[in-house]
Amino acid sequence: MSTDWFQTSRLTQFRELLERSDVALVLTAMAAFYLLFLGIGAILNYDVAGLISILGQVTFFTAVYALIVLALNLHWGYAGLFNIGIAGFMAVGVYTMAMLTAPPTGSPPGLGLPVVVGVVGGMLAAALVGLVTALPALRLRADYLAIVTVAISEIIRLTYNSPAFSTFTLPGGIALGTGGASGIGTFPSNPIQAVYYVDPSSAASGATPIGAAIFGFFEAVFGVVRSAVIVDLTYGLVLAVVVFLVYTLLARVGNSPFGRVLKAIQEDEVVAKSLGKDTNRFKIKTFMLGCALMGLAGVLWQGFGTGAVYPQAFRPELTFYIFIAVIIGGAGSNTGSVLGGAVFANLLFLLPQYLPNIIEQTFSIQADPNNFIAAVGPIAAGEIAPLLGYILNQRLPALRFVFVGVLLIYLMQNRPEGLLGHRTETAAAVDLSEGHTPGGRTGSDLTAPDERGVDDE
Amino acid sequence: MSSEPAADGVGEEPAGDNAVGDTTETADEPPLRVENLRKEFGGITAVDGASFEVADESLTGLIGPNGAGKSTTFNCITGVHEPTDGAVYFNGTDIAGLAPNVIANRGLVRTFQIARELAEMTVLENLMLAPQRQQGETLFRSVLPPFRDGVIEEETELREAVWESLEFFEIDHLAEEQAGNLSGGQRKLLELARALMTNPDMLLLDEPFAGVNPTLETKLLDRINQLRAEEGLTFLLVEHDMDIIMEHCDPVIVMHQGQVLAEGRPEEIRNNERVVDAYFGEQQ
Repeated sequence: MSTDWFQTSRLTQFRELLERSDVALVLTAMAAFYLLFLGIGAILNYDVAGLISILGQVTFFTAVYALIVLALNLHWGYAGLFNIGIAGFMAVGVYTMAMLTAPPTGSPPGLGLPVVVGVVGGMLAAALVGLVTALPALRLRADYLAIVTVAISEIIRLTYNSPAFSTFTLPGGIALGTGGASGIGTFPSNPIQAVYYVDPSSAASGATPIGAAIFGFFEAVFGVVRSAVIVDLTYGLVLAVVVFLVYTLLARVGNSPFGRVLKAIQEDEVVAKSLGKDTNRFKIKTFMLGCALMGLAGVLWQGFGTGAVYPQAFRPELTFYIFIAVIIGGAGSNTGSVLGGAVFANLLFLLPQYLPNIIEQTFSIQADPNNFIAAVGPIAAGEIAPLLGYILNQRLPALRFVFVGVLLIYLMQNRPEGLLGHRTETAAAVDLSEGHTPGGRTGSDLTAPDERGVDDE
Repeated sequence: MSSEPAADGVGEEPAGDNAVGDTTETADEPPLRVENLRKEFGGITAVDGASFEVADESLTGLIGPNGAGKSTTFNCITGVHEPTDGAVYFNGTDIAGLAPNVIANRGLVRTFQIARELAEMTVLENLMLAPQRQQGETLFRSVLPPFRDGVIEEETELREAVWESLEFFEIDHLAEEQAGNLSGGQRKLLELARALMTNPDMLLLDEPFAGVNPTLETKLLDRINQLRAEEGLTFLLVEHDMDIIMEHCDPVIVMHQGQVLAEGRPEEIRNNERVVDAYFGEQQ
């Protein structure tokens, strides 16, 4: 009995910890996802390098989704800006980066500028396209922004896809190009590789001293000789740091007078205006910041993550994936955005990729039937094999949408506000409940250290 | 229009810091002067050439039967609607057609007939929102470390003022409640408190006492009179409660069918036949 009681109390304590600490919540969720995918790796008989690779993938996709969902949450969750052109802004970011940094001799030719210039340039370009989109649309009612953004997103994709811009010459005689439908793959490789390899673009060039040390460690301890998985895992962890930084930035934006105005705009713009707030200015700034972060996410995901950009990667589905992730997490909560991104990336993006392999491994089943009705019908008769066969047959695309549909229906019925959307995060730079003491000394003491000395005397 | 540049310089001085009676520079110009204001919605003329003035530091009442055009007049003055025609001079500058936030920034702030509290924000947040030109309202200052300290300092000061206001309006026990959970009367109080937090020169109050209990009503009127006397604020009040209007407002402006029907001291209005007709229908 006593151990039972002990365990329940431990469990309660843990739940309380999760409710109190966002860091604990996110780390617990990540631990669960890591375990899940390690389990999948074990079922599929992966070796250690394979397991490290799968962990690297989990980290990478969680981080890029978290990043882009955070950016959307700034638009949609904070300011109520209905941006359904996310894919387009990501494309502008990564294409600008690629065109700025690709070598002038390559095909298509680029400007050959340093990577840092490319990343900053990509963010600025995305912000500027955001400005151009927002200026006319924000003066109208909110719904028009949605229409304009989805249109802009498709215009951007089709422009990059167009053979007309595959290679072109700027007035100064500088050659530049988008590569048309085949995109750009000649820009500098992931900066992480520069840490590990002598020639960042080639793993065969040999390891740098740091690279040699880390590869040596993994080889000695785990017997891993595939250096690429270590590089990928490192990049995933670097992205996690980027997510943390962006989270901190957005938390500051939210917990400030600026964020307070955004919250007011989302609720009742007329009130915000009648209190003297230039709401258009707030909306445009917010829109530009969010678009810059979307551009950054594009660079880090499709740019450095995939290593090549092509227009097909920016189809509207991408935008809807991000929206689903923000709905899962709960619009308005930054921690919810990270969790929503993690849930989407792992359970809806990665898991369906592994599921057919698991089925193939575990059951001996034909990849048949090829339609959903024939797959779910027999379940009523207790036969699950047709469903598994369908999953195997479809491999990936349809399966993901089935999962998304099921999850959305569940959320709508049971938790319409998402995982953390019920939370109310107070928009202020200080704790507002302090300072209630008559005279208000308590509040000042905590935040104005220079006055505290006087009080002590 | 001709007096605009000169008057602008005066009107833009920081509000609220002026000593009482320091009004010599605008002695001739009332804080608010409405000239031939017209507002048409499609075929309906809601305001039809209304002209009136609101004297400095007065508590002017604006009354009239339903549909007289009071709220539309408010909306035209505060920029929610653009007037079809006419001019609105605030401290000598024509503000007709300016954006609501520009007008509010100049010190002319309004409340709404149906309280528009920000329901999903706490009472504290609602009030913290109101002060104008907060440092932290710029993106960079709210984020970058060196500026952030200044923002925190300002927030701490504002917090003090907000709590004082909540205590005065007797809603401090609701401070951390979401504003949407408040009762109708409490929302009215919140809205008045919020408007005052903007540190205005002049307040347009649209039925501020609807649903407020009589004790608090008296307290609010005392506060309004105190703000007039000590901080030189001017009030224009739309109210249906005739007792309040007749007892506390001076002068009273009566609107009817989009026009100003009468204007004068309460006792004059009470005895004005045209006003009586407007309210009770003409006796043929």
